[in-house]
Amino acid sequence: MSDYLLEAKDVAMHFGGVKALDGVDFRLRKGELRCLLGPNGAGKTTFFRCLTGTHKPTRGRILFKGADIAGKERYDIARAGMGVKTQVPSLFDGLTAHENLWLALRTVKSAAEREARIADAMERVGVSALRSGVLGRMAHGQRQLVELAMVVASDPDLVLLDEPAAGMTDVEVDRLASIIRDLNRTHTVVVVEHDMHFIRMIADQVTVFHQGRILVEGHVERILADQTVRDVYLGKKHV
Amino acid sequence: MDYFLVVLFQIAGTVGNLALISVGLAVIFGMMRVINLAHGEFIMLGGFAAIFGVQAGINIWIAMLVVAPLSVAFLGIVVERLIMRRLYGRMVDTMLASWGLSLLLIGLATTFFGNRVVGIAAPVGSFQIGTYSLGAYDFVLTGIALAVFSSGYALLRFTPAGLIARATMQNREMASSLGIEPARVYAITFAIGAGLSGLAGGLLAPISGVLPTMGVAYVAKAFITVITGGASVITGTALSSVLLGSINTVSTFLTTPVIGDVALLLAATIFLRILPTGITGRIFKGAP
Amino acid sequence: MTVMALSRSGGVHVALAALAALAGIVILPNAAPLYTLINVTLYMSMGVFALSLALLWGYGGILCFGQSAFFGLGAYAYAVAAINFGDTTLAAVFAIGVPALFAAGLGYFLFYGRLSDVYLGVITLTVTLIFFKLINSTGGDAWRIGAARLGGFNGIPTTPLLTIPFTRIPMSPAQMFIFAAISLFSTYALCKGLIVTRFGRAVIAVRENEMRAELLGYNARRLKLAVFVISAGIAGLAGLLFANSVFVSPTMFSLSMAAQVLIWVVVGGLGTLFGPVAACFALQIATAVLGKLGIVDPNIVLGLVLIIFVVFVPGGIQPAFAALLHRLMDIRADRPVAGEVAR
Ligand SMILES: Nc1ncnc2c1ncn2[C@@H]1O[C@H](COP(=O)(O)OP(=O)(O)OP(=O)(O)O)[C@@H](O)[C@H]1O
Ligand SMILES: [Mg+2]
Repeated sequence: MSDYLLEAKDVAMHFGGVKALDGVDFRLRKGELRCLLGPNGAGKTTFFRCLTGTHKPTRGRILFKGADIAGKERYDIARAGMGVKTQVPSLFDGLTAHENLWLALRTVKSAAEREARIADAMERVGVSALRSGVLGRMAHGQRQLVELAMVVASDPDLVLLDEPAAGMTDVEVDRLASIIRDLNRTHTVVVVEHDMHFIRMIADQVTVFHQGRILVEGHVERILADQTVRDVYLGKKHV
Repeated sequence: MDYFLVVLFQIAGTVGNLALISVGLAVIFGMMRVINLAHGEFIMLGGFAAIFGVQAGINIWIAMLVVAPLSVAFLGIVVERLIMRRLYGRMVDTMLASWGLSLLLIGLATTFFGNRVVGIAAPVGSFQIGTYSLGAYDFVLTGIALAVFSSGYALLRFTPAGLIARATMQNREMASSLGIEPARVYAITFAIGAGLSGLAGGLLAPISGVLPTMGVAYVAKAFITVITGGASVITGTALSSVLLGSINTVSTFLTTPVIGDVALLLAATIFLRILPTGITGRIFKGAP
Repeated sequence: MTVMALSRSGGVHVALAALAALAGIVILPNAAPLYTLINVTLYMSMGVFALSLALLWGYGGILCFGQSAFFGLGAYAYAVAAINFGDTTLAAVFAIGVPALFAAGLGYFLFYGRLSDVYLGVITLTVTLIFFKLINSTGGDAWRIGAARLGGFNGIPTTPLLTIPFTRIPMSPAQMFIFAAISLFSTYALCKGLIVTRFGRAVIAVRENEMRAELLGYNARRLKLAVFVISAGIAGLAGLLFANSVFVSPTMFSLSMAAQVLIWVVVGGLGTLFGPVAACFALQIATAVLGKLGIVDPNIVLGLVLIIFVVFVPGGIQPAFAALLHRLMDIRADRPVAGEVAR
C-alpha cells in the first residue's frame, strides 16, 4: 500500500468536446490540509465529482486508501470514507438541521451515541442554535455551515469542501477558517477556494488547476509569487 | 407481392394515425413541459364537434378539418386561462390537474352526449389491391398527417414565430429576457396543441366512432409516442410514429390487434430504458 | 413540523386508529345492515389501497400512476391460486407475493435505469393499461391458468371467498368485515412504524435529496426499489380484500381505478397516512350517494375535486386541517403568532 491517502493518476473527464479534466495527477497524504485553486471552469468541481463517484472519469485511476474507486458507485465511495460539501449546498431541505445530521450518521446504531455525535458536530461548526430549524428556510451561509456539520458528523477519512466560504460575511469567513483548521487536527481535508485571504489563513500547501490540468503545486507563498499563476488567475482576482 | 403491399399500406396508415393522435400532445409537452392527460378527451371532443357539425348540415370535410380543431382550440384557451396558467413550473401538478380535467370532461360528455358510440360515414370509399380491399380513407389520414407535419416543420424552421417558439422551448428564462412574453407563447401553444388534438378527433370520427370514454385508449399511445420521440416536437414525433407504428402493424398482422397494442407499449418501454432521452435526445439532436 | 417530527407523535396516532378499528369491529357487525357492512368492507379495502400509494408517493417520493396494476394483479393472483389450490390461505400469500415480485422486476428496470420521475409515472401507467388490455382480451375457454378461466371483461365471478384458516368454512360478511378492519389497521400501523425506522428515514432522505443521500452512503436505488416492493405488496393485500368483497374483474386495472387512488392521496395530503384513508372513505361515500341519486356523473365530481385540490389546496386536507387546528388553539391560548406548522 502506498503512503498516500488519495492518489489520482492521469484522471480525465470529457463532456463531448469539453475536456473538463485532462490528465490530472494528484497526491495527498493522510493528515494534510490542501487548497485547490484555479480560475472559473478550471475543473476543480469536476475533479471532486470524479472523486465522489458522481462522474465516472473518461480515463485514469483514483486510489483511495489503496483501492481504485474510479467509476464506483457514489454510496460505495461514501461508505469507504469520503465526505463532501458540494459547491451548491446539497441538503435535505424539508428536514431540520438535527434530522439532517441524524441521517449523516448512517452507521451509528446506538441512539445515545448518535445524539452525542450530532451535538458534538454542531458544537464544532457552531450551528447548535440552528438545531431545529428547517434547512429550506435558512440563509445561504447557514446552509453552508449545516452541510459542513453534516460532513463532520459522518466522520469521513477524507473531507472535500467545495467553496465553503462562498456567500459568507467576513466574520463568518474568519470563523470558518478556524473551524477548518480545527477539523484538520483530526481529518485530512481538501478545500476548493477562490478567496486568497481565506487560503492564506488555512493552508500552506496549494494546488493550482488550469484548463483541466494541474498547473503548479507547492507552498502558498511561493505559488502566489509565481508569475505563471498570476497570469492565468491572480492577475484578474484580488490578491 | 400483393400481401406485402397491403402490409406496407397498413403500416403507412398506422403511422399516420399515430402521428395524428400524438402531435397535439407533442406540441404542448415539447413547448411547455406540460403533460396533458386530458389529451384523449380533447380528441374525443374533436370527434363530437365533427359529428355535431355534420348533423347540423355542415360539409363533412369542413366539419372535420375546421369545426373540430377550432372548437377544441377554443376549449384549450379556456382551460389554459382557468387551470394551467396557475400551475406552470409544477410539472407533476399540471399532470394531476389535467387528469382531473380528463375525468371531468368524460363525466360531462357522458351526461350531455350519452354513453354510446355515435359515428359518421367515411367520406371516401375503398379500393382493391389484388384480392385485398383497402379503405381509401386511411390514405387521406396519412396524407393529412404528412401535411400537418411538414407545415409544422416549415413553420418552426423558417418563420419568425417558429424561431420564437424554438427559443422558448430551449430556454424559457432566456426567451423571456429577450422580451418574448412566455405567458402569451404558452397560451397560443396550448390552443394550437388542443386544436391539433381536436383535428385528430375529427378525422378519427368516421373510422372509430365517438364515445365519451374513447380518450383513454389514445392518451397512453400518444404519450409513449411523444416520449419516445424525445426533445424535438416534429422530428421526434414523426420518427417515433414510424418506429412504433411499424412495430404495432407487424405484430398485429402476426398475432391480434390487442397483442399489437401491447407490443407497441412494451417496445416503447424497453426503448426508453435504453435511450431515456428518446430518439431526438441523442440521435437527431437540435432538429425542430 | 417536518415529516420526521410528525412521526414522533406516531404512537398516539396508531393507538387512536386501533381504538377506532376496535370500535368498528365491535359495533358495526351487530348494528349495521348487511348491505352497509359489505360496503364498508369494500371501502376498507380501498383504504388499504390508498395507504399503498400514500407510502410510496408521500414518503418514497415515487409517483406511480399505475398503482392499480399491483391492486389488480393481487386480486387475480388470489383468484387463480384459490381456484387451483382450493386453499385460500396460501392464495392470500400469493395475492401479496405476486405483485411484490412483479414490482421487484419492474422496479429494477425503472430505478436501475435511472429514469426520471415523469417517465416513471408514465411507464407505470402504461403497465397498468397493458394489463387492462390483456385481461380484457382473455374471454373464452382458451384463456385459463390451470383450472381458472380468466374470463375476459367479465372477470372471475367465481372467486372463492377466504376461508377461516385451517378450516374449509368461508368467512361470513361479518367475519370478512373484521378481517378487513384488522388489515386496514395493521397496514396503517405498519406504515407508521416503517417511517420511523432507520430504513424509513433513509427512504425519506432519498425523497428529499437523492444525491445527498448517496453522498452519505445510502444506496438510493435499492431503497426506492424496497419501498416500491413493499407498496406493491400492500396494494396486493388491498386487491385481495377487494376480491373478497366484490369480485375480480379487469376494471381493477382501469385508468379510473388508477386515478381514484391518486385523488385520495392528493386530497388527503401528500406525506400523510391518515389523510388519504379519510379522503378515500369520504369520496367513496360521496360517489356512492351521487351515483344512487343519479344526478351527477361520479367522474364530474372526482375530476372537479382533483382540479380544485391541485390548484387551491395543494397540501391536501390533513395538513390544512392541522394548520387550522393549530391556529385555533393558538388563538385560544392567546399566543401571538403560531409557530412552525406542518408544511
Ligand atoms: N456536466 C457537464 N457537462 C458539460 N460540461 C461540463 C459539465 N460539468 C462541467 N463542465 C465544464 O467543465 C469545465 C470545468 O467545470 P468545473 O465546474 O469543474 O469548474 P470549476 O473549476 O469548479 O469552476 P468554478 O470555480 O466556477 O466552480 C467547465 O468548462 C464546465 O463548463
Ligand atoms: Mg466549482
